[in-house]
Amino acid sequence: MPAQVITVTSGKGGVGKTTAVANLAVALASNGSKVVCIDGDIGLRNLDVILGLENRIVYDIVDVIEGRCRLKQAMIRDKKLPELYLIPAAQTRDKNSVSPSDMNRLVKDLRNDYDFVLIDSPAGIERGFRNAIAAADRVLVITNPEVSAVRDADRVIGILEAEDKGPAALIINRLNPALVKKSDMLSADDVLDLLAVELIGIVPEDENVIISSNRGAPVAHDPKSKAGQAFRNIARRLKGEKVPFLDLDSSGSLWERLQRLAGRK
Amino acid sequence: MSFFDRLFGRKSSADSAKERLQLVLIHDRTDLTPAELDSLKDDLIAAISRHVEIDTQSMQIGVEHDGRSQRLVADIPIKSAQRRRARKTK
Repeated sequence: MPAQVITVTSGKGGVGKTTAVANLAVALASNGSKVVCIDGDIGLRNLDVILGLENRIVYDIVDVIEGRCRLKQAMIRDKKLPELYLIPAAQTRDKNSVSPSDMNRLVKDLRNDYDFVLIDSPAGIERGFRNAIAAADRVLVITNPEVSAVRDADRVIGILEAEDKGPAALIINRLNPALVKKSDMLSADDVLDLLAVELIGIVPEDENVIISSNRGAPVAHDPKSKAGQAFRNIARRLKGEKVPFLDLDSSGSLWERLQRLAGRK
Repeated sequence: MSFFDRLFGRKSSADSAKERLQLVLIHDRTDLTPAELDSLKDDLIAAISRHVEIDTQSMQIGVEHDGRSQRLVADIPIKSAQRRRARKTK
């Protein structure tokens, strides 16, 4: 079966695109899928450090496109997962060194040999974003429960619809259940109400994400992390499994939980 | 949100975020500012008034959304023809 090509994008920067791509790639590859991830953020590459592969880069995506190396030479194999590869972005070039048709050609060469091609989009809605969605079969829009991220997500979802790349599926990242409970953060339902798209995952805020990025080993490797669990669940949904959403409300003290059980809260 | 906020009926910050986003998204999606909506309303009144007499005081026009699609919804009461005729003969 040819690969599913999935692009993760957001409009706003810093909401977790790269983290999501790294974790979905790890989760899919741990589950036996052959995965290639492509860093589409030319000039500001980061997927390599999040995956802990920064020291192994020789060639990058622009080298492939401009014919300085073969595709296989630019594909870096993961340290732990033999079926996971990264095609790094070029760091010293700009987004115009790649065109949407370059991306289509590159992805076409990967389709038959892998199960998933994951593309990490840069922030914004300009050339880099257009490149990142060009070859996508499916686009995941990631957002945070926060006004500017939701607004930008809506804009991106609108563009994807106009470009016939929709319907997008939504990842709500960095949800803080305690703040939601105090009505000081938009809930997942609020965000879904506003954006009116299909939900594919809710990832709770989790300090393990930072700790794991420090180490270059995505949190999806960590069986105890809640964010890791959420990303593993999204990966299973991408494979077509029906997985219930995490119950993020189980936090709080025993007393609070008893009160909830008694219907007092 | 504190106990006192709730006691004094202050809106939660999540509620304000949602309300503000609802408005901003309608404008983003339709490219219609409140001022443009007002001028659209004036044009509508002028056009419709050429054919029937309408009650401009109680008419309502706004953008509603159904999923991701927006629609312009106008509720324009027409003044009764009989009453108009009665007024004319007076």
